[in-house]
Amino acid sequence: MRILTKWLRAYLPGLPVDDAQLAEDLTLRGIAVEGIYALGEGNGSLYEMDITTNRVDAMNHYGVAREAAAIYGLTLPELTFALPKPRPCGQPFTVRIEAQDACGRFTARVLRDVTIGESRDWFVGAEVSTYFALLEQKKISNAVDATNFAWLGMGQPTHVFDLDKLEGGIVVRRARKGERLKTLDGVDRVLDADDLVVADHKKAVGLAGVMGGWDTMITPETKNVLVEAAWFDPVAVRQTARRHGLHTDASHRFERGADISAAPVASALVSAILLANGGRIEGELVDARVAAIEERTARRKPVALELSEVHRILGTTIDEEGITAASVENVLTALGCELKAEPAERAGLAELGKRGAAWQVTLPSWRLDLEREIDLVEEVARVYGYNRFANTLPEFGEGVRALPWAEKEATVRSTLLAAGFHEAIGGTFCSAAEGALTAPQPALVVPLGNPLSEEAGVLRPSLVPGMLAMIAGNLNRDVSDVRLFELGTVFSGAFSNGVGDKVDERPALALGAVGALPEESALHTGRAVDFFDVKGVVEQVISRFEMRGMYFDRFPLDAGLTPEWLHPYRAARVAADGVTVGWFGQLHPREAAARKIREAVLVAELYLDRLYKLPLRRPIAREISRYQPVRRDFSLVLDASIQWETIDRAMAALQIPELAEWRVREVFRDARMGAGDYALLLGATFQAPDRTLREEELQAFQTRVKDAVTKIGARLRV
Amino acid sequence: MNFPPGHPARDTQDTLVVANQERRPLRDRLLLRTHTSPVQMRTMEQQPPPVRIVIPGKVHRNDAADATHSPIFHQVEGLCVDRNITFSDLKGTLDHAMKALFGSAVKTRFFPSFFPFTEPSADVQISCIFCGGKGCRKCKQSGWIELLGCGMVDPAVFAFAQEKQPAYDPKKISGFAFGMGVERIAMMKYGISEMGSLFAGDMRFLGQFV
Ligand SMILES: [Zn+2]
Repeated sequence: MRILTKWLRAYLPGLPVDDAQLAEDLTLRGIAVEGIYALGEGNGSLYEMDITTNRVDAMNHYGVAREAAAIYGLTLPELTFALPKPRPCGQPFTVRIEAQDACGRFTARVLRDVTIGESRDWFVGAEVSTYFALLEQKKISNAVDATNFAWLGMGQPTHVFDLDKLEGGIVVRRARKGERLKTLDGVDRVLDADDLVVADHKKAVGLAGVMGGWDTMITPETKNVLVEAAWFDPVAVRQTARRHGLHTDASHRFERGADISAAPVASALVSAILLANGGRIEGELVDARVAAIEERTARRKPVALELSEVHRILGTTIDEEGITAASVENVLTALGCELKAEPAERAGLAELGKRGAAWQVTLPSWRLDLEREIDLVEEVARVYGYNRFANTLPEFGEGVRALPWAEKEATVRSTLLAAGFHEAIGGTFCSAAEGALTAPQPALVVPLGNPLSEEAGVLRPSLVPGMLAMIAGNLNRDVSDVRLFELGTVFSGAFSNGVGDKVDERPALALGAVGALPEESALHTGRAVDFFDVKGVVEQVISRFEMRGMYFDRFPLDAGLTPEWLHPYRAARVAADGVTVGWFGQLHPREAAARKIREAVLVAELYLDRLYKLPLRRPIAREISRYQPVRRDFSLVLDASIQWETIDRAMAALQIPELAEWRVREVFRDARMGAGDYALLLGATFQAPDRTLREEELQAFQTRVKDAVTKIGARLRV
Repeated sequence: MNFPPGHPARDTQDTLVVANQERRPLRDRLLLRTHTSPVQMRTMEQQPPPVRIVIPGKVHRNDAADATHSPIFHQVEGLCVDRNITFSDLKGTLDHAMKALFGSAVKTRFFPSFFPFTEPSADVQISCIFCGGKGCRKCKQSGWIELLGCGMVDPAVFAFAQEKQPAYDPKKISGFAFGMGVERIAMMKYGISEMGSLFAGDMRFLGQFV
């Protein structure tokens, strides 16, 4: 919407500021000026406005002038337009409001012997030519321009009919089903029984509050005119406009609530402009009104407002005096409210002293957005100026509580960042095929009703599709070393009779790695990241949590347990305290090929909802022994079926306090050993916190270790 | 929640919905939230005041992706409800938060806006972090950048919560709420021109933030 400062200043000659300052002051009060364009000497500026939809009353020059008057404490003169005395007429024009729920007021004025011609500046307050030129508003004819002038000036839609094309008086009614109307845009419309129309005694002559009819429009030959200024119900207009795919200035205003009291004023303005080119008024203004609608627009019940409530909601001002009873009265009166003060001795007010004041506030007919006490509090704050309130902080006496899983998530995140992975956010959706491939339970994948595309047809049941897409994206852009992780939620549905009753959303972690490790450079020859690298990272994540034990295992090909997206031999399950918490391994070659990936991609997915059930590990420091550690190595020959994990557990089960640490020192295979056997060098370190270990003690420990590993099937090499 | 029937915000064309919900009553149909505001009401229904929460969350809209739009994005909302929570507390809290995000030299200014859940409502601008307020291309020479929306919780929202938690008496308590887009702040703070970069997992992009 565009506003001329020249026009504003015509309403408010006493404006004490220049156009730039005015724009700033209006903007800070919510009447936002988005752009200011100078129009040349004596023409002021053009404002490009951005006014929120609740302030439809301010989307015109008089409305903006009212806001300016409130800001600077000026008096805005009431709009009046002097009309010549009407000639009496034998039979007054008739208006009947049949749709009493949808039309609150309909005024009609008959003008005879007018001359349709070009617009000019007719009189003070009707500078049609000047203002239209500055606004680049096209001039059409004095009649149409008059309605546009009333629209731009005071935001009130009006309409002019060629009186001689009307057959009988006006009836505001619902359309008859199948009734036809050619509207001003030249479109022949078939009306719906719910459409609100302005009709004469024979036919519809306009879509009420939306657009006039073609057959009754003003032409250069028009001699006699009927001026309509009315009030239509927002919902009725919105429904009619929507049904016909129309959005006009008039419908915009009526849909958001027009000023029922402005109808006669706008009618006078349009009539005065037309009569300035000759003609006469016939009969008094016909003014049909619906009392029930007036009750909820022009004659609403007053709203109670207390100064203490203003202070309770708004708080501290920078200015020490703050918001006083007088400032409340000034602001609201300037906006058109009428305030009746409650007696100061009223209960509850007297003890508040100067801060005790209360009013019954009568609301202006043009501010249908004002309904409640809080609306008035907002108006006070708005016109007083938001930036004149202090910056205070709420009193706060408690600690901060994070979400129960926040620390766990932060721990997982920092572990992965420290391991050299970047955090990424992938898509929430994937294709149905990817969903079926990666879902732990493919039957529970949740499809979308209105997906963005087929590739995004379902809620992701796994983070793997997104991870693979991001890895493929990097490889496509020739980024060959990728380490990514995503912390996100995955979805599964609960279904009955094909209807999704419930969708579960659970936290998960995916990580993906491909390329060289470390990154290749002149100093390092990289090697390809492999299964065991990812296993190590997964182990790091899991070991942040407190548990009795974690293990990794594999399943035979025919068990059907390994997820289909994983390589059948290079994949493992992760279990913590016996519960499956995830899977990892190399991407299945078939899936890699389908994504045109040649490299070995390593992927892991962990079910964080399960992992988060465990507490975080809290390290407890021990004294570091000052005494000499002693290392003893044990050379074992093992059957291929015996894994390190078994040895590890056997060592832990010994529970020797002086057994400080043990690990695999070497693994080797040799044809001279038995088929399927392998050799393993186990290194164990013994250390006591309070003494140097004696040889006899060490001998005893060694014997216990040998016994333990023998028991699980290891043979000792000498 | 506090949308009058027929209000434009009730339009759901930007909402992604779960399939096969047609036979369920409208209010039980499953969809992807388009903003994090429902958490505010849920929290109030579950516990009496005082409430002070910060709600970060992922939201989804049926929006085509372009430089500044993505079907996935994140919001951070805040809600503070207690006795004696005022508009000046809202101002002070957000001023503090913006200084924590963008440095202590940043100034804030508030001006009237319109949101369905708050009244009074405000848009908050910060002094331009690129030019310090002198005016540059990034701030369209205004010296200010609009960053978030906020306001005092509308009494009608409390009245709604009161049905389950009677302590939300709009005559006795008050509160403020605010919301901001995480991507927008990140894009501004780090000079990111395409929102899609935040969701592509490109190692070269992510490597810049190490
Ligand atoms: Zn700037």
